[in-house]
Amino acid sequence: MEQFFAEPAWVALRLSLKVAVWATLIDLVLGVGLGYLLARKRFPGRELLDAVLTLPMVMPPTVLGYYMLVIIGRNGVVGEWLQRHFGINLIFTWQAAVIAAAVVAFPLVLKGARAAFESIDTQYEQAARVLGVSSFGVFLRVTLPLAWRGVLGGTLLAFARSMGEFGATLMVAGSIPGKTQTLSIAVYEAVQAGQDDHANLLVIITSVVCVTVLVAANKLTPNRNPLA
Amino acid sequence: MNMQFNVDIHKILRSDGREFTLHARFASASQRVVVFGPSGAGKSQMMKAMAGLMTPDSGRIELAGRCLLDSAAGINLPAQQRKVAYLFQDYALFPHLNVRQNIGFGLQRGWRNPLTRVEGEAIRYWMEAFELDHVADQFPHQLSGGQRQRVALARALAPQPQALLLDEPFAALDPGLRERMRAELGALQRRLEIPMLMITHDPEDVRAFGDHVLRMENGSIVRVEENAA
Repeated sequence: MEQFFAEPAWVALRLSLKVAVWATLIDLVLGVGLGYLLARKRFPGRELLDAVLTLPMVMPPTVLGYYMLVIIGRNGVVGEWLQRHFGINLIFTWQAAVIAAAVVAFPLVLKGARAAFESIDTQYEQAARVLGVSSFGVFLRVTLPLAWRGVLGGTLLAFARSMGEFGATLMVAGSIPGKTQTLSIAVYEAVQAGQDDHANLLVIITSVVCVTVLVAANKLTPNRNPLA
Repeated sequence: MNMQFNVDIHKILRSDGREFTLHARFASASQRVVVFGPSGAGKSQMMKAMAGLMTPDSGRIELAGRCLLDSAAGINLPAQQRKVAYLFQDYALFPHLNVRQNIGFGLQRGWRNPLTRVEGEAIRYWMEAFELDHVADQFPHQLSGGQRQRVALARALAPQPQALLLDEPFAALDPGLRERMRAELGALQRRLEIPMLMITHDPEDVRAFGDHVLRMENGSIVRVEENAA
């Protein structure tokens, strides 16, 4: 049994899950915050900000990967600073894969969260404020519970997208077996190396995981029962 | 004479390029004031300003002897500290909370909602007063119109407010029920002895509650009628 789970396929799956979980958690926190901001606050440049944050959905992952190298690479703006002050190098680490997946999947959480917050009648929040509950209390007790279906639906899609991330990940994290070689990258390597059996197994695992996540996401699609 | 209401607010509202000037001014020693007028006259906006849900450009609001807003003195209490009960036209009951959680909502401060089995003297009292015991565990969408209004009233009254603001409280009810809820609300106000301001466009409400009737048109109070109560 232990030997079975040491198989390269399971190592790659575990890595993919780890990367996707971290990327999704980061996206969830940022997506809920920024989605709320875009839905409820009026400020100049609001739609421009939305457009910029949605870019990863339409840009080729390789372009995103290039941008990330420019920013967190050894000579990048942030990368150099991290290297100089903390001795941290992100490139070719699993953390870089997390960043790549988080960036690519972010618009899915953001769009879902913004739409969910916009669909809530502000009267509920007003009623809660008049009843004496603080702004943050209103957010946690009224806004978020009423929006959670939309938020969770987007989050699951982001998780599935993170699992499948390839291009940007390859550029910033590379393909180091057991370290940064996620499932989707392992598939590519297996096919390149002519290991069809291995590729088959990897493809089946990936498909099962993605279908499971999508079924869950569909179950949580908002508007099926707006009151539940 | 002790003033229950003393309002003088000014606000310019803009939407879709149109401008609307709200300039509401009235004072009343009566505990029952009815604001009467066509829709779009600014009645709800005035009430929102009193509850702290909208900030006027300038003005003063005094309710039951407490100063809630005085732009000249830099006073503007947030909605949370105004201690008013606000009844929304369609009640705005929290759809994700059951009846007892809704009633207990304002009794529990902080970041967490009351539990589904929440207990408490005030919750018990209001559920009994409004005959809601048998629906305590139901959710708003399972309730009848009259029950919804009772839950909304109980929720608003549980934290012991110092004034009652009602936005078209009977508009969502059918006529027979309307008559009964009017009587209930009238008796309740007399018992609590707190000032009550009601927005309506129904002449029956004016007849039932209008010790002091304000007519509002185009953002201003244009006529005042005082009836001997």
